[in-house]
Amino acid sequence: MMALCVVAAGIGLAWLALILGALVYKGTAGLSLAVFTEMTPPPGEAGGLLNAIAGSLLMTIIAVVVGTPIGVLAGTYMAEYGRFSRITTVVRFINDILLSAPSIIIGLFVYELMVRPMGHFSAIAGAVALAILVIPVVVRTTEDMLNLVPNALREAGAAIGAPRWVVIRSVAYRAALSGIVTGILLAIARISGETAPLLFTALNNQFWSSNINAPMASLPVTIFQFALSPYEEWQQLAWTGALIITLTVLGLSILARSLTGRREDR
Amino acid sequence: MTIASDAMPSSAAARAREATVRRFALTDAIFRGLTRASAILVLVILGGVAISLFAGSWQALSSFGFSFLTTESWNPVTEKFGALAPIYGTLVTAAIAILIAVPIGIGIAVFLTELCPRPLRRPIGIAVELLAGIPSIIYGIWGLFVFAPFLQTTIQPFIINIFHGVPGLSSLFAGPPYGIGLLTSALILAIMVLPFITSITKDVFDTVPAVLKESAYGIGCTTWEVTQRVVIPYTRIGIMGGVMLGLGRALGETMAVTFVIGNAHRISASLFAPGTTISATIANEFTEADGDLYTSSLVSLGLILFVITFLILAAARYMLMRIDARTGA
Repeated sequence: MMALCVVAAGIGLAWLALILGALVYKGTAGLSLAVFTEMTPPPGEAGGLLNAIAGSLLMTIIAVVVGTPIGVLAGTYMAEYGRFSRITTVVRFINDILLSAPSIIIGLFVYELMVRPMGHFSAIAGAVALAILVIPVVVRTTEDMLNLVPNALREAGAAIGAPRWVVIRSVAYRAALSGIVTGILLAIARISGETAPLLFTALNNQFWSSNINAPMASLPVTIFQFALSPYEEWQQLAWTGALIITLTVLGLSILARSLTGRREDR
Repeated sequence: MTIASDAMPSSAAARAREATVRRFALTDAIFRGLTRASAILVLVILGGVAISLFAGSWQALSSFGFSFLTTESWNPVTEKFGALAPIYGTLVTAAIAILIAVPIGIGIAVFLTELCPRPLRRPIGIAVELLAGIPSIIYGIWGLFVFAPFLQTTIQPFIINIFHGVPGLSSLFAGPPYGIGLLTSALILAIMVLPFITSITKDVFDTVPAVLKESAYGIGCTTWEVTQRVVIPYTRIGIMGGVMLGLGRALGETMAVTFVIGNAHRISASLFAPGTTISATIANEFTEADGDLYTSSLVSLGLILFVITFLILAAARYMLMRIDARTGA
């Protein structure tokens, strides 16, 4: 029976190798400078992914700027002010559900909330959908990391007469900083590959756009559209885009891990 | 924290101190209110999701009523919509995915906690968790261009030949081999939920007190006996929680399934036939839906998915909370 467990581990690792292998093989074939400098082409022509990459970056930045403060503050309430209150238990439960809720549901929510009243798709709606995905990740890690800060540190701060919010800001946040940053990095890793919530919020855009009140291209949606198309150039760009996203996500996860992982090692 | 000012001489220093304390109390109250409002916003978001989905699906639900759940036809031209085919596809693909992923996931967790040489433990654990970080669209594009053609040319004809003429199984694995379809989606989903099940199972295995395992080893149990008789019974609730969490993922997974399911609104006996799931239907048709009833029907599908996943994830969290309470973590 134990041999079967070794086989299971082998299967798990083999899948990872197979997927990454195919991705690198097919993705590097189309990797060139043009991918980063040219716009998405019409069918049958060469081009790049510049507008999609820029759109993804812009929406991710807005989502992180909007979502991170809310997430950190909510996590702060749960770990500091309301550690033993009933609200915290409820919020923790609901937050854990939001954490694994299907992202397409969030897309539908933002469609009903913003796209329908505004009457058109827009990059800002896409960014809001991504922000809603950022919040639970940041809430969870912030609460966990603040709970790890020893109470003696807080008491030392309180003993010299610092009010609670000063203790939180200059003692607890500082002690938990690397953990909170890890949470933010994991949140970025999560949203940089999300496609479903962008499909009917930011939609897509064949051209360069910096107007956040209009539809905007993003890397995942462009990959979705290009991969399902019959044109070979588009399919190649889809593979290259997939490689770029995967490397970004893996890089962010490994960076996040190296920030906090060292302590567990010992 | 108020200073009894009448007991003190009202010197300038005392007044300044009082002002500072008042300012501190005010800023602290503001900060506290801000954090509390953010925490409540998390609740508001989930409430908002439920309300907006309900409002958006009202038109379809009121015109089709209960038959929306039991009708198979999905016809945008005649505006007759029923959710049976997507619900069937969602449940079948998720169930098969869980059936495949649970034994493998638990196997990997046992391997990592009991068998793996210590230096390899961390790298392999990280590798499996990295699988969880890969975006679903990557699984989708890999499934469509690499996995589906492979299934179509090798595995599927082989299985169809084996079960040809076997009653029951021959209709379950009936051709032609498209490559894409329910089974392909289920296999991709199995790969996707594997890391979740593995990492949670591994975590709950670590909560087993060393004394319990050592006493079992002490009376001469083998590693397998310890795992089977001590570790797994002790962590049963936690494993169930992990499995439910994986199930929640599998039910709601969108992009990977959209690539390989075939998007056909019908219920076929064969697992090789193209089908559809709730999330794939929404992803494929939402932006092209013309007419309020069509859009509303798609939102209704979203509401059904929301209700199913909410119940499953809530049950999963409840089980995992019980494990946490027991270990006092």
